[in-house]
Amino acid sequence: MSSSDPDERFRESLRCWLEENCPPSMRTPMGGEEDEVWGGSRGVFASPDQRLWLERMAARGFTAPTWPVEYGGAGLTPAQAGLLEEELRRLGCRPPLHSLGLWMLGPVLLRFGGEAQKRRHLPLIARGAVRWCQGYSEPEAGSDLAGVRTRAVLEGDHYVVSGQKTWTSHAAVSDWMFCLVRTGADSARHEGLGFLLVDLSSPGVDVRPIRLISGESPFCETFFDDVRVPVENLVGQPGQGWKIAMSLLEYERAWISRLGDSDFVREEPLEVLARRYLGEERGQLRDAVLRDRIAQVDMDRLCNASAVRHAVEAMEAGRGLGPESSALKLQAMELRQRWRELKVELAGFQGLGWEGPGFSLEELRLTRDWLRSRANSIEGGTSEIHLNIIARRVLGLPD
Amino acid sequence: MGLLETTEQESLRETARRFVRERMPLSHLRQLRDSGSPDGMSRDTWRELAALGLAGITIPVSHGGMGLGWTELGIVLEECGRTLAPTPMMSTGVLGTSALMLGGTSSQLRSWLRPIASGEKLLAVAHDEGSRHAPYNVETRANLGPDGYRLQGEKVLVLDGHVADALVVVARTSGSPGEREGLTLFLVPAQAPGLQVTRTLLVDSRNAARVRLDEVLATPEDILGTLDRGAEVLDPLLDRARVALSAEMLGGLSEAFERTLTQLKTRRQFGVPIGSFQALKHRAARMHCEVSLSRAIVTEALHAIDEDRSNVPLLASAAKARASDTFLHVANEAIQLHGGMGVTDACDIGLFLKRARVAAMTFGDGAFHRDHFARLRGY
Ligand SMILES: Cc1cc2nc3c(=O)[nH]c(=O)nc-3n(C[C@H](O)[C@H](O)[C@H](O)COP(=O)(O)OP(=O)(O)OC[C@H]3O[C@@H](n4cnc5c(N)ncnc54)[C@H](O)[C@@H]3O)c2cc1C
Repeated sequence: MSSSDPDERFRESLRCWLEENCPPSMRTPMGGEEDEVWGGSRGVFASPDQRLWLERMAARGFTAPTWPVEYGGAGLTPAQAGLLEEELRRLGCRPPLHSLGLWMLGPVLLRFGGEAQKRRHLPLIARGAVRWCQGYSEPEAGSDLAGVRTRAVLEGDHYVVSGQKTWTSHAAVSDWMFCLVRTGADSARHEGLGFLLVDLSSPGVDVRPIRLISGESPFCETFFDDVRVPVENLVGQPGQGWKIAMSLLEYERAWISRLGDSDFVREEPLEVLARRYLGEERGQLRDAVLRDRIAQVDMDRLCNASAVRHAVEAMEAGRGLGPESSALKLQAMELRQRWRELKVELAGFQGLGWEGPGFSLEELRLTRDWLRSRANSIEGGTSEIHLNIIARRVLGLPD
Repeated sequence: MGLLETTEQESLRETARRFVRERMPLSHLRQLRDSGSPDGMSRDTWRELAALGLAGITIPVSHGGMGLGWTELGIVLEECGRTLAPTPMMSTGVLGTSALMLGGTSSQLRSWLRPIASGEKLLAVAHDEGSRHAPYNVETRANLGPDGYRLQGEKVLVLDGHVADALVVVARTSGSPGEREGLTLFLVPAQAPGLQVTRTLLVDSRNAARVRLDEVLATPEDILGTLDRGAEVLDPLLDRARVALSAEMLGGLSEAFERTLTQLKTRRQFGVPIGSFQALKHRAARMHCEVSLSRAIVTEALHAIDEDRSNVPLLASAAKARASDTFLHVANEAIQLHGGMGVTDACDIGLFLKRARVAAMTFGDGAFHRDHFARLRGY
């Protein structure tokens, strides 16, 4: 039986394909970080099914559904991509690939990149063969990104790059970096910037991990010492870097918000945690204040999930999110922080462990996740910077 | 179905907005308030609104309505909320109509839906009794005698009770206050002997009444839904009312926020627009986030009703809590950012704070809904 509505027919064909090709173990809820596939030359698969699922999805172009087929995508319309998304959700399929390349660099290359750049980089991103990291921040240029000092001096057909990037998430496990560099005069803050793609295996690149308060070291300092980068790795024009970098940030914020919601789905609900630590098996929680706070976070999460869904639909309909992405990022991350704090509070003394005996692995995780979450309102732009953006660009308030 | 507005919905919004702006701007509410109008509303304006099809948006076409969904109803309510338009939209278009559609017999539908859609008849729902919203705390009794049911009790905050042609009264036919079982809904004509309706003047000039039922006679034909199982109608009815009121509040809070933005851009102190101060910018930006969250959850809840999703009760609570808290927050901030002018009666912004307070308490405020939500989720 097949419908006469082309959309419905397309949906049916997707459904059949997914049923046939998504391994059953990839239809279970995601567990911890080991269930995320990030790809790249140093990427690891926790199971053969993870690899199979990525390969099959990539072969159909479904890791990047709206990208043109010649760049490794599936060439779907936004509406069709929406159907794919719905069907993936309906079957409970895991994302086959997590990737800054997919979420941020890809859309930017499609918009600003040259043909050769697209052909070279996009298919590798779509297959998860190359992992990218983001080199924007520097010791003296955090919130004030236009202050980057890393220089890229043109010498013949190469840029010679020297300087230091910092807070580069996952640089140590990435293959390439997209970064903001100064190609022009120091005095011209925004105008003198370029958006450059750098192969991290180039001579002169030195990556050193930085330790976080959570004890982890996912991010790094990256030093460039006269690193030679072919001139064809500059995206757009030399002075266009700021515009390109900002466009990428809009994609980044939308994705951060979207990912922010996925942990809520995969982790234990707050009330389950509350029951365990308060020792109340059933019925109404006796601590009315805690109960109210749990409900508040739960409800806010529903609100936030709706806002994210709204935004995703807008993007899929081909509308840019623009500065509205700042509101999305800000509220999603602050909610996540409140959620992590409440979890630690609910766990009481059991939420205070660092390592060793006396605490379960989950409890140690809970504590470290809480510490990690303090970065949520800093990374991807601080909440204050997003409030500035909303005030100026969404609300039009004067400077 | 997507959350983005379709072109049909956009044009409905345009129609509603234009009508409300022209025929029921804020000055309309002020005029009714200051002239001591006995009804607190204009029936002529309501009929004009009905003539556009807006009184019977969700009423099936076969009964004279537009046969549209809750998403569309929400759009119109939002526009009405922008000017605090004194219409029987909530009482009749939402509560009365839903009560009928959820529990009405075919003869009840036949006699009421068409005149509602044309703007001729108004309905009200009488449920709350105490000083807070508490759906099952019903003491009003309906005792079965030889000639039918005798209703005895008192109701508060009956929206538009004083102008309604009939009241849907929630009464107890068995059980005791607080219990879900034992409730029954009766459709009682306004002129029924023993029914005493007193208009109350609320802080926000919203039209409501107290109702006293003294041996009011009702027959089994007047029952909406099933005897003793009225909660099966009342629960979805209240969820719909919560979502609808949230949509109305969304209009009010958006308007209050936008007026505040204008103030921030135009009012000058220290030689600059006050909106250039970062302390105020950040407050405005935080409000913007809350406003967008309210919009997202209200839209989601409206869609959920249209799609008959099982999570409507959860979404309804989340929407009502978010809209209530946001409206109060935005209205308080709005007054503060308007400065001294903000606390004068001449300035419109205060009207929004008053509406926020009343709307928040109606059908449960944030605290009520966090409790309700927790209960639904079993904790
Ligand atoms: C976990 C983590 C991962 C990261 N990953 C990456 C990455 O992969 N790539 C990358 O390039 N960067 C990354 N970053 C860097 C991140 O984007 C910056 O930390 C962030 O932009 C803030 O810059 P800063 O740390 O220099 O703080 P600062 O700019 O020094 O800010 C300090 C404080 O001043 C406030 N402030 C600054 N300017 C203003 C203003 N105009 N108005 C009001 N308040 C202001 C800030 O809000 C903050 O509270 C990461 C950061 C973290 C924490």
